[in-house]
Amino acid sequence: MSGLAFMVRRNAPLALVLVGLGLLGVGLDRWLNAYYLQIVVLIGINIILAVSLNLINGITGQFSLGHAGFLAIGAYVSAATTRFAGLSSEAALPVALLAGGGAAAVAGLAVGIPTLRLRGDYLAIATLGFGEIIRVVILNTEAVGGARGMGGIPILAGFGSVYACAALCLVMIWRLVYSPRGTAFFAIREDEVAAAAMGIDTTRYKILAFTVGAFWAGLAGGLLAHFIGYLHTNSFTFLRSVEIVVMVVLGGLGSLTGCALAAAILTILPELLRFGAEYRMVIYSLLLIAIMLTRPSGLMGGREISWRSWSSTPAR
Amino acid sequence: MDQLAQQLVNGLAWGSIYALIALGYTMVYGVLRLINFAHGDVYMVGAMSAFYLAHALGFAAAPSLPGFVIVMALSMVVCALLGALIERAAYRPLRRQPRWAMLTTAIGVSMLLEFGGQAVFGADPKFFPQLIESAPAFRIAGAVVTNIDLLIFTVSLLLMLGLRWFVYRTRAGMALRAVSVNVDAAALMGINVDTIIAMTFMIGSALAAAAGAMVGLRNPKIEPLMGLMPGIKAFVAAVLGGIGNFPGAVAGGLLMGVSETLVAAYISSTYRDAVAFVILIAVLLVRPTGLFGSVTVEKV
Repeated sequence: MSGLAFMVRRNAPLALVLVGLGLLGVGLDRWLNAYYLQIVVLIGINIILAVSLNLINGITGQFSLGHAGFLAIGAYVSAATTRFAGLSSEAALPVALLAGGGAAAVAGLAVGIPTLRLRGDYLAIATLGFGEIIRVVILNTEAVGGARGMGGIPILAGFGSVYACAALCLVMIWRLVYSPRGTAFFAIREDEVAAAAMGIDTTRYKILAFTVGAFWAGLAGGLLAHFIGYLHTNSFTFLRSVEIVVMVVLGGLGSLTGCALAAAILTILPELLRFGAEYRMVIYSLLLIAIMLTRPSGLMGGREISWRSWSSTPAR
Repeated sequence: MDQLAQQLVNGLAWGSIYALIALGYTMVYGVLRLINFAHGDVYMVGAMSAFYLAHALGFAAAPSLPGFVIVMALSMVVCALLGALIERAAYRPLRRQPRWAMLTTAIGVSMLLEFGGQAVFGADPKFFPQLIESAPAFRIAGAVVTNIDLLIFTVSLLLMLGLRWFVYRTRAGMALRAVSVNVDAAALMGINVDTIIAMTFMIGSALAAAAGAMVGLRNPKIEPLMGLMPGIKAFVAAVLGGIGNFPGAVAGGLLMGVSETLVAAYISSTYRDAVAFVILIAVLLVRPTGLFGSVTVEKV
């Protein structure tokens, strides 16, 4: 089979899914109740965040606590792209998303290179620090609203664009890590010294994981900005990073589909618990503890949900 | 000049508070290799229980130093029990599981204490009773040191010396050090690891409670989320000093308190929360295991 025909056949299902999501989005954006639409779209954004963080934390084993920082950079840069350029047509969205994702990727590179010397918890706390520094710098930047927040962002994103991006993100990271070369990511997680001894350029793969993860987090930020239409640094605190980490751990470190599932569950759960009024978040945290006590390896462990049977999915 | 000296005094007072909290982080990290996210919230519970104890025992109406000491001691007991409970219920079942499982329950416990605190104590700030009337104790280099500052310095120093004595001069302290070196080997030597870990949580939580009660005197506004930022900063302080290292935690805490106060005073108060992290990253880039951290050689 020629290369081109293979490419077409391999990507045809993905293209169909994307077109389908786009069409579904046209309908849902119009007819779904705004409250439900918001929950569904936030699930999609959280899926992108969880899957991209899983590449860094779960698969490469570099525990990052700074995902909210990349999310913030992407959100502000892409919002600035459309707002200051006066773009408000739907066609501007991809440009804005790529600008946001690109800026976050550069930041990921900038954070990744110096912090690579650090291991384990030192890395975790340094990435937390970078995330907080990014937030404080944005808070002090008057051009993007500073402490007042940034409003007037055109609403360009909706169900179709968010889920198309989520599908692309999942497929891209899936193909990256479950390819022959992708095994290197898992090798670094299992034993960095052994991986280096086997000839894996650990620095390159760690930076790659950081950059790709940051890119998608930034893109998710762009989607968030153009769906909500208003940004404030309070939505990008350390707690936001923690929320994403919880999705990854709950889904099972290294399970892309598992963390997507966890992202959906953890986004819906607080809404379902609304009956509990002021005890809502108390119940939420108790449930979180209970789930971790009963399923310490996360919902999926290291396994994936796939068309093949549960047990024969990529064994890591 | 006077102002600088005054800021240094303020910074050292906050630094002592951070140091007491950081010691708890470092102790728990030593025995469990766990970032105990709930620790900052234990400090909040310390302040809250001191608030309720002061009112219940009637010391709020009749301020006195012994009254404060009794309130602080009781709230240390309350938090020690809370620490033991948290360890038993949320961490012990996961000790043999992947590390990140325990980290996630720690986040869960932290949220439980914060949101539970909002539900039980109410989300509005409370005003801590003036158990000791603030008065200048003495002047040094133009700076006024109040009796409350003096109390914070003295109590922190006594607690740190007590901890040092306990860890290096008692059998239980020796067992604690053994567990931090190697849990399995310690168990083989006949050390009851469960008891030692529970004890570590109790001591760490008691120190956090003391910090919480003393903060109540200096910054009377207390609320259920008050543990969040000091918790993170104290953890940063522990990492800065080299996590697992006791003098490192104290030095890190003092450095954090002083630099933060100076930045807030001379640069901008909005950058106050970022300075901790800038220092941290700068130090980690030069010394990847913190100021006093030992470099562990990786065995292959």
